[in-house]
Amino acid sequence: MSDIAIRVENLGKRYRLGQQSLYYRTLRDSLSNALTVPARWLRRSGESDEDIDSARSSNYTIWALREVSFEVRQGQVLGVIGRNGAGKSTLLKILSRVTDPTEGRAEIHGRVGSLLEVGTGFHPELTGRENIYLNGAILGMRRKEIDRKFDEIVEFSEVGAFIDTPVKRYSSGMYLRLAFAVAAHLEPEILVVDEVLAVGDAEFQRKCLGKMSDVASEGRTVLFVSHNMSAILRLTEETLVLENGRLAMRAPSPQAVDFYLSSGFSEQGERVWTPDEVPAESAPFVPIALRVRDGQGRISESVRSVEPITIELEYRLDAPIKGLRVGIYLMSTRGDHIFTSFDTDDPSQYERLITRPAGKYISRCVLPPDLLNEGRFILGINASSYRIRRYFQDEQALAFTVDGAGAPGMQWPEPRLGPVRPRLDWRVEVTS
Amino acid sequence: MTAKAEPSVTVLKPARGWVALNLRDLWLYRELLYFLAWRDVKVRYKQAALGILWAVIQPALTVVVFTLVFGQGLKVSTDNNIPYPLFSLAAVLPWNLFQGALQRSSVSLVSNTNLLTKVYFPRLVIPLAAIGAALLDFAITFALLVGLMIYYHTPFTWNMFLLVPLTLLVMITALAVGLWLSALNVQYRDVQQMIPFLLSVWMYASPVVYSTALITSAKWKLVYALNPMVGVIQGFRWALLGGSPPGPMMAVSAAMMVVLLVSGLFYFRRMERIFADVI
Repeated sequence: MSDIAIRVENLGKRYRLGQQSLYYRTLRDSLSNALTVPARWLRRSGESDEDIDSARSSNYTIWALREVSFEVRQGQVLGVIGRNGAGKSTLLKILSRVTDPTEGRAEIHGRVGSLLEVGTGFHPELTGRENIYLNGAILGMRRKEIDRKFDEIVEFSEVGAFIDTPVKRYSSGMYLRLAFAVAAHLEPEILVVDEVLAVGDAEFQRKCLGKMSDVASEGRTVLFVSHNMSAILRLTEETLVLENGRLAMRAPSPQAVDFYLSSGFSEQGERVWTPDEVPAESAPFVPIALRVRDGQGRISESVRSVEPITIELEYRLDAPIKGLRVGIYLMSTRGDHIFTSFDTDDPSQYERLITRPAGKYISRCVLPPDLLNEGRFILGINASSYRIRRYFQDEQALAFTVDGAGAPGMQWPEPRLGPVRPRLDWRVEVTS
Repeated sequence: MTAKAEPSVTVLKPARGWVALNLRDLWLYRELLYFLAWRDVKVRYKQAALGILWAVIQPALTVVVFTLVFGQGLKVSTDNNIPYPLFSLAAVLPWNLFQGALQRSSVSLVSNTNLLTKVYFPRLVIPLAAIGAALLDFAITFALLVGLMIYYHTPFTWNMFLLVPLTLLVMITALAVGLWLSALNVQYRDVQQMIPFLLSVWMYASPVVYSTALITSAKWKLVYALNPMVGVIQGFRWALLGGSPPGPMMAVSAAMMVVLLVSGLFYFRRMERIFADVI
């Protein structure tokens, strides 16, 4: 008897460059390949097939995941964190059997249900009721199981009155709620969750988190991938940190989150995106760099609380985008949001930039002096068209440190709670 | 050991070469097969003003055109002097099923990309469901044919019950070819471009507008029947309208069908592990 739910040994996945996205070979490429391969064989007959294959392909392939080994006990809720492209999604895709590993092996004890993306397989023309059955079947539920849980699903989704309306008439919020409701009522022994909480309004997110902790407390094994550090800390006790396809750390969650947030960020106050860090789905939006500049305009990792802080995001549009807004999240190292701001928050600005033509841009804003408390902060970026599409999002793009020298109350060397440290105009009156 | 059932263990490791068909897994997912086919049927004629009427108009117009061109114009002779509209509709019925099923199944994997890259289920479910969905149009065309048979006072015989296995054979042929084409289409979208052409050539290579009696040599008849649709279409005509039974041609067609199906299944299984990566 073992109480292991998942055992992963030396798991690796290699992709041909470009294969991961919308790339596909045409017959002509293959035919010309077929003609040149035998010729190469003849030339290098001393080497084995495998050698030639790896020698030829090393330039064109990337290891999305390599030499990853870990075990998950039954009933454990394990977090998985890492930056975009660190291999989290690849790991989950292998464990949920969407794709095969290139090397190594994994053992799964029990049925795996995946909440990889809410609404997978929803058909816009079908009604809410029909989609519940269809989506349930896709996620591996039996029809009887769906019958039994139908009312519960409808209630959770709060779409009650519209259950017989085609989902194309739903608001995006309703659509998400329904999709999550179906997925949340799966009852597999192992649940794999990828970033489902990144969507929906705050109230809905709270509800989802609640549902997730219910699932965990029922003793099911959960693998939980998220960029939301507070959700990781709340739901998991242990967390894996992935870096460039390798397992960088496995530790109790608070430790893992600290490690993740303090490592891997560039120290120069600048984050530059290389082309393979940008997912194909974000096109035509291409992030180039995010920078923090101090009061003198120098790119710097450390800025002063009493000076203005400039944040600039450089990006390229390969095609015009309508209704685009590019903005930042400012977060604490615990992952709590401090604020969100977009470059078209001002209505007249929004009107002026309603369609942004293709080209290179810099969106820049200045945080006024005397705003932030001393400490470390995380900047995230988001480029989206409201309710239409999110082009790109990186919730942990860059970290920077705020130095408190000269800030109000520094004469007392005590830490001040809270992320902000405004200089307030205190008046003291003697009233008697 | 305790009475508690140990959950099933799945081992994931790189697969090499040819793999087992694993049809048991397919059986476990039979409900998904049903739901996907049902979805395709359900959304088929949504937001079309004439809706389901298209399933009648399309074969009816085909037969009208064939009758004018081949029946009236070229005076193609039919078996037993069956009226040409009836003669061609009895072939259009299985042909349209084959064509519809093949068209949908060959693009089925690509049009369900979001499912393939997100969730696990036996990939065979997708082309199978696409073929199942083509049965709706078939049923409607069949009703049209029955109407036409009544109009021409064609006697109904017990042979009609043979339509059940014959229909199954059409679907199996479509599946066999569909498995090959859908898996190829994941990697080479050229397939998608080729299908309309392939189908129109294939139709003229099958006895849809003419009779198999056109080929007189017994030897060439068997070569002709390597096209699996030949035996089946001849079978449909015979079961519905009488005339010569397909006999040895049927056997050749069926054998060809088995070869296509088995090879198609194994090819599909071999390719399915890279679907999510290359699609």
